[in-house]
Amino acid sequence: MLTLQGVEAFYGSSQVLFGVDLQLEAGSVTTLLGRNGMGKTSVVRAIMGILPVHAGVIRFAGREIQLMPSYSIARLGIGMVPEGRQIFPNLTLRENLLAAAANYSGSSEPYDLDHVLTIFPKLGDRLSHFGNQLSGGEQQMLAVARALMINPRVLILDEATEGLAPLIRAEIWRGLNILKQKGQTILVIDKNLDVLLRIADHHHIIENGRVVWSGSSARLAADDALQERYLGV
Amino acid sequence: MLLFLEQLLNGLQLGVMLFLMSAGLTLVFGIMRVINLAHGSLYMVGAYVAATVFLHSGSFILGLLAAITAAGLVGMLVELLVLRRLYGRDHLDQVLATFGLILFFNELTVIIWGRQPLFMDVPDLLSGTIEVIPGAPYPSYRLAIILAGILVAAFLYLLFNHTRLGMQIRAGASNREMIAALGVNIKLLNTLVFGLGALLAGLAGAMAGPILAVESGMGESILILTFVVIVIGGIGSIRGALIAALMVGMVETLGGFMLPALLRLFLPAATADGAGASLASMSVYMLMAVVLVLRPHGLFPVHD
Repeated sequence: MLTLQGVEAFYGSSQVLFGVDLQLEAGSVTTLLGRNGMGKTSVVRAIMGILPVHAGVIRFAGREIQLMPSYSIARLGIGMVPEGRQIFPNLTLRENLLAAAANYSGSSEPYDLDHVLTIFPKLGDRLSHFGNQLSGGEQQMLAVARALMINPRVLILDEATEGLAPLIRAEIWRGLNILKQKGQTILVIDKNLDVLLRIADHHHIIENGRVVWSGSSARLAADDALQERYLGV
Repeated sequence: MLLFLEQLLNGLQLGVMLFLMSAGLTLVFGIMRVINLAHGSLYMVGAYVAATVFLHSGSFILGLLAAITAAGLVGMLVELLVLRRLYGRDHLDQVLATFGLILFFNELTVIIWGRQPLFMDVPDLLSGTIEVIPGAPYPSYRLAIILAGILVAAFLYLLFNHTRLGMQIRAGASNREMIAALGVNIKLLNTLVFGLGALLAGLAGAMAGPILAVESGMGESILILTFVVIVIGGIGSIRGALIAALMVGMVETLGGFMLPALLRLFLPAATADGAGASLASMSVYMLMAVVLVLRPHGLFPVHD
């Protein structure tokens, strides 16, 4: 569904991605794992057209998207929950959800305001609060709900549980489980390996801007040396 | 007392004109982070087109519609051809480029319309007076300007607070990258916002036509006050622009009227008049200084 082949990218004159290969199957939950600074967020930014791709190909739904502007990529059906949440502080929670709402997957039962509030019911009490009045956990749930409101074919979550209290983290994982059961294709970047091994079908490990290992949850769970070497677990 | 009330209405009318100018400028500055010195040129384009169409057709409404259309289109063209290249650049580059646009537009108006100012009559329907306050007839045209300002303020309020386009514009003002990653064409949005700002400047220019001489360079004098307004109001805030425009309009008008009279209580008439006039012209800047000391990001900061 989404394929990266030999993707290279730079921040200024510093190369950050050195030929990334990655594949996402429709309906699967795939992770991109790796220590800090290895290029996980850069991969997400390259997919979304935010970080220019200097070499390589990114294919989505049969089209090459690596040269497309960000908004066109989103309209093809890729939704992003960015690192640091990046909710709009000057919009209310309701406005954050409605500002860009669309049905880019062409789903017959698209996510709308009521629907996403059933996945994250806590947001329902805060609809008229501005983004900067929400707690970190509420902001994170909002960031996921906001991405769902464009009805993406692929949902990308970049560090969606970072810095959250365990209870809130559990709430986010519960939401992701619901999405998985509905058949949503998801790419997750996170450090909670225990949960990811349960939720995800397939994993990629990135090291210094290259994907150095790909495999199933069973293989990753069984390989302690691999976990220690690349993930510091 | 009647004179004071009349001056109060004059201040309100100047405030409304400043609001029409500053609403567009504060949007462009606040959302696109571009300092557009050529905003006054769009005001001038509006005034020239309104005056020309009015002089040829005799219809003020037609002149007004032509002015806002022309200013909006010229504004969008300027955004596409010039400003789009300046978004990521230093403010100094933006100031230099848009100052160049001022020179370009001033020269262009001289080439098209010549050096003689154009004079526009007040439309017949609005040429009379209305007694808003018993015993103090006030020109209908100036009241129409105040009404237009109220309507524009209401329109902008509805647009920004109760439409999806408004939500997207506000979202884009706080995080362009994120709103684009949600499927919104931020470049198109910027062009539309710039066009809207230009249209409002054109409306202000068209309405100033019957009050002022329409001439090359007429945009510069109002531009300075417009910048004062957006700094006081808080850059990017329409609400701030409205409140600050009314404050500046009042201070500018009432200062010129009251300060000489006030100083006459303590000083000889000639000295009081001279000092009063000087103080009056400084009063707006003193107001700005006081606001900035108390609230460094303006009255209603957006990017705090």
